Amino acid sequence: MRRLYLILEISKTHLLSKKKQTIVAALGVTFGISMFIIMMGFMTGLNDLLDGLVLNRTPHIQIYNKIEASEYQPAVLLDDDRVNFIHSVKPKRRLERVHNAMPIMAELSNDRRVKGVTPQAMCKVFYLAGSNNLNGIINGIEVDEEMRLFNFKDYIVAGDANSIEKKKNSILLGAGIAKKLSLTVGDRLQVSGTAGNTYSLTIGGIFQSGMADVDDVQSFVSLKMAQQILGVGGSYISRIHVKLYNIEDAVPLSKQIEQLYDVKALDIKTANAQFETGSDIRTLISYAVSITLLIVAGFGIYNILNMFIYEKMNDIAILNATGFTGDDVMYIFIMQALIIGMIGGASGIGLGYLVSVFIDGIPFNTEALPTIKTYPINYDPKFYFTAVIFALVSTFLAGYLPARKAQKLDPVDIIRGQ
Amino acid sequence: MKPVLEARNIDKYFLDPVRFHVLKDINMKLFSKEFVSIMGKSGCGKSTLLYILSTMDTKYEGELFIDGQNVSSYSKEQLAGIRNQKIGFVFQFHYLLPEFTVIKNVMLPALKLGRESIEEIRAHAYHKLEILGIADMAEKKAFRLSGGQKQRVSIARALINNPKIIMGDEPTGNLDKKNSENVFNILRELSQELDMAMLIVTHDLDFAEKTDRILEMDDGYIL
Repeated sequence: MRRLYLILEISKTHLLSKKKQTIVAALGVTFGISMFIIMMGFMTGLNDLLDGLVLNRTPHIQIYNKIEASEYQPAVLLDDDRVNFIHSVKPKRRLERVHNAMPIMAELSNDRRVKGVTPQAMCKVFYLAGSNNLNGIINGIEVDEEMRLFNFKDYIVAGDANSIEKKKNSILLGAGIAKKLSLTVGDRLQVSGTAGNTYSLTIGGIFQSGMADVDDVQSFVSLKMAQQILGVGGSYISRIHVKLYNIEDAVPLSKQIEQLYDVKALDIKTANAQFETGSDIRTLISYAVSITLLIVAGFGIYNILNMFIYEKMNDIAILNATGFTGDDVMYIFIMQALIIGMIGGASGIGLGYLVSVFIDGIPFNTEALPTIKTYPINYDPKFYFTAVIFALVSTFLAGYLPARKAQKLDPVDIIRGQ
Repeated sequence: MKPVLEARNIDKYFLDPVRFHVLKDINMKLFSKEFVSIMGKSGCGKSTLLYILSTMDTKYEGELFIDGQNVSSYSKEQLAGIRNQKIGFVFQFHYLLPEFTVIKNVMLPALKLGRESIEEIRAHAYHKLEILGIADMAEKKAFRLSGGQKQRVSIARALINNPKIIMGDEPTGNLDKKNSENVFNILRELSQELDMAMLIVTHDLDFAEKTDRILEMDDGYIL
């Protein structure tokens, strides 16, 4: 403790006597650290936003009926010795509904990994507007659960999401369609099912996901309404969406579901593989740039400490002569580097945070992202922590090499040189 | 009586630029309370000898005893400890840490030794400065002092750990007549009062003649 105090005391006096160089060296670190924090905050903020755009709304597991040719054809069972060539195998016609949807949902709801399960009934429709027939898809949903699990409310830009629950013949219309058909909340809209029956629906709200492909075709009604348009019973469910507590469970659970039930289960990892790749690469670039900045700052510290040591040759000789060891001298200079690193790191965190707050306040309005009003910034303390570690490690390394040199200096050589 | 410092058969070579025999079979003893000066022409090896005796230079042959211990085979760390406790050093160039206050300069070796609390050390340092008559300068930065004052501060620093030996490399070399007499008187008194041995390299004949014993050096030998 005593030794540390002494080393700290000497380092402090040395640094205070060279305020300008100390500040310049610390500014290098400040700049590197604040850039790291700003870049990471901004990049991951953007990443989270883009991921959220898709991943928050995408169920972790989607369960639907698979339409694919059977792997085992009847001819295979006929005789083992023969080789059968079967051409042009077609899948068997099946209903689009999930078989035994209700028991499956009940079973999944009891699984402790599962946060929630929502049913969907999907029907293909035409939106009728005068002489125009627009292709579309209407999903029947349980809106309460969708809001709870998939942030459904964020995408309702006008009207009320609950309207479809309150009034059966309400619809949440896609923003693209609403624009094309010049419709707003409260207007009426005719839709026609594939069977030819026509329904008149009231627009209870406008839905905008931010992806034009979706907004141009997709609308939502209550599950009952969709089943009515399809002309089927209350147990008709074409898709089950599962939200998990931990996204990592998606792959194993989807495999388990496929084994247990005669359905297809698509996990989020398979469905959205490209998103993770994009995020990873953006994060990697941010790290690479920040580390480069810190290395540059490290060279600055290295240079300035080297200069310090040449200026402090006499001090080193005196300290040696009065009983300080080479190690003491080395720690004195490493301590100086670390102090520079700490000052630079602390002010870098402050500056980085302030600039982040500033960026966070800049308006950022885009049609594609209805819920976003300003630039997204991620304030994860993890980055601030990493930045401090970076600052200390890089300044330590930058200080260690000159300090080693100071440790090896021979006091007799210095005194003789006078 | 045992000597506080003893050199046995010390030889020293410079290897650069050519091999050169600087010190030749040096034998000497220094007792407590003795005031000894080393004289000789420039280049005769007196400073080199002093650096060896002060344990800063370890590249020599022969044996060196300080306060009864054979320190010839000590590690650098051990030698630093010996210097810290047993040797006080006064240089020709005042060699203070310029950005530190006078009192801090004096305190440093004691802080390194770490036997007393900081307050005690501060009190001792202040007392040493009082002995040397510069207590009023205590809180000034060292680089603001005059040459004579700096030399007195470095003597105070040499005294702080109550060493056995004070070594000086031309401590009066940079001072005028009055100041150098002053320094001599201080050293003289201290060696008697504080039970220390003095070993001073000097050019100044007046200075040397007032000491107890003069070691005359020439061409690497003690005459």
